[in-house]
Amino acid sequence: MNNLVFHHQQTAHCESGTAAALLRHAGLDLSEPMVFGLSGALTFAYLPLLKVGGMPLMAYRLPPGRVIRGLTSRLNIDMAYERFRHPEQGMAALNTHLDEGRPVGLQTSVFWLPYFPEDMRFHFNAHNLVVYGRDDDRYLISDPTFEQPVEADYESLQHARFVKGMLAPKGLLYYPKNIPANPDLRGAITKAIRGNVNMMLRTPLPIIGVRGIRFVARRIRQLGNDKDQAFGKLFIGHMVRMQEEIGTGGAGFRFLYASFLQESATILNNSALADVSLLFTDIGDEWRRFALYAAKMLKGRMPLDYGKLADQLLVVADQEEQGYRKLSEAISG
Amino acid sequence: MKKDDVPQDQSRSLAGQRKPLYVLDENGRYTTELSSGWDAEEVVLHQALEQFQQQAEDARRRAEAGQSSPLEYHMYTKRMDATVLAQSMGLFKWQVKRHFKPAVFCRLSSDKLSRYAYVLGLSVEALQQLPAVGVDADE
Repeated sequence: MNNLVFHHQQTAHCESGTAAALLRHAGLDLSEPMVFGLSGALTFAYLPLLKVGGMPLMAYRLPPGRVIRGLTSRLNIDMAYERFRHPEQGMAALNTHLDEGRPVGLQTSVFWLPYFPEDMRFHFNAHNLVVYGRDDDRYLISDPTFEQPVEADYESLQHARFVKGMLAPKGLLYYPKNIPANPDLRGAITKAIRGNVNMMLRTPLPIIGVRGIRFVARRIRQLGNDKDQAFGKLFIGHMVRMQEEIGTGGAGFRFLYASFLQESATILNNSALADVSLLFTDIGDEWRRFALYAAKMLKGRMPLDYGKLADQLLVVADQEEQGYRKLSEAISG
Repeated sequence: MKKDDVPQDQSRSLAGQRKPLYVLDENGRYTTELSSGWDAEEVVLHQALEQFQQQAEDARRRAEAGQSSPLEYHMYTKRMDATVLAQSMGLFKWQVKRHFKPAVFCRLSSDKLSRYAYVLGLSVEALQQLPAVGVDADE
């Protein structure tokens, strides 16, 4: 039995929440928005060739793992990663860390975590959480998407850590090894923002960034002409789920990012940045409007009109373009 | 979003959980506010869940008619499709689809059966049958 004190904090997104919790425990207190913003992981990507459940992949952030890697590389934090070939080895290593009093982050499948509400359980294999103790074969877990600490039994946790398939965790376990005493936040903020602006405005691919949003708008406009009318409804439902479901902080991470910009404006003493932060709030609100229209159309409370949805996405795209341009000016000015 | 606009729609799927949203307070400062759910999200979530249910029902009908093995039915009740099931088994998709044939499924080795049972979180006995009508295997 080993119960070290771990400060549980619920966050909007699992990966930024897990990183923030592990760093705070190790003495570096960063807010969740700061962690997410510094990682530079905000994006928009439409990958029609990568199918998830028959639907094209749509992402509002970089692939799993990039939040923590982005953050640690910008702040020169040394994070230790361990993967395992055999589940038993992975569980034994976890026990050793816990017995030594070291909370660790894990990558897991949502579906096999026993404390997830039934309706929330899907086969998403890149959910992050912190294990901070155990009581025989009950593991004490600080899962950032829950209000209170939770628990899981040995078998479930092992299953969740060693599922195979897309984004297979392979038992991934991680913890901070070395944190610089005075990380250069100011420099890191500017670099992270510049990286995000470049990705959203200047990626030379029509399916990434602001151009990606316009690309999807064109695709949605065509949905009405598709022979398979069921597909169109599933497509827009899928998109809204990716945008809003647990773990994005709402509106595809845009509110989380707006909060990061506001915090950064204070740190950099940059009032122009504070103004841009409000613009990102508006961007999030326009994404929410898109989600609301889509849900109403799916429910039959509004006539199904793909043109209207596409138009709303173009509003979003125009605002995002303006937002990143202003952001670029704010940090270079 | 402003703090006052945070939806509190008491979504059933959250099972009493609330989730934090980053919102602006009355002074224009960012803060977090807990939401008990949003109807728009609930609509698209249920759309996805209902699709799995529909697929499971269809698979059950096929299995009862002897056109498919119980494996296909259990796959959908566990919210998988042939791709996800094949990946979690370390098989090719065509192999899994072949195992949907009742004649092939009957002859599966006990090793394959117990691996299927493990990745679906079922006992081998449960995997080989359809649950009695009226029992939702997902509950």
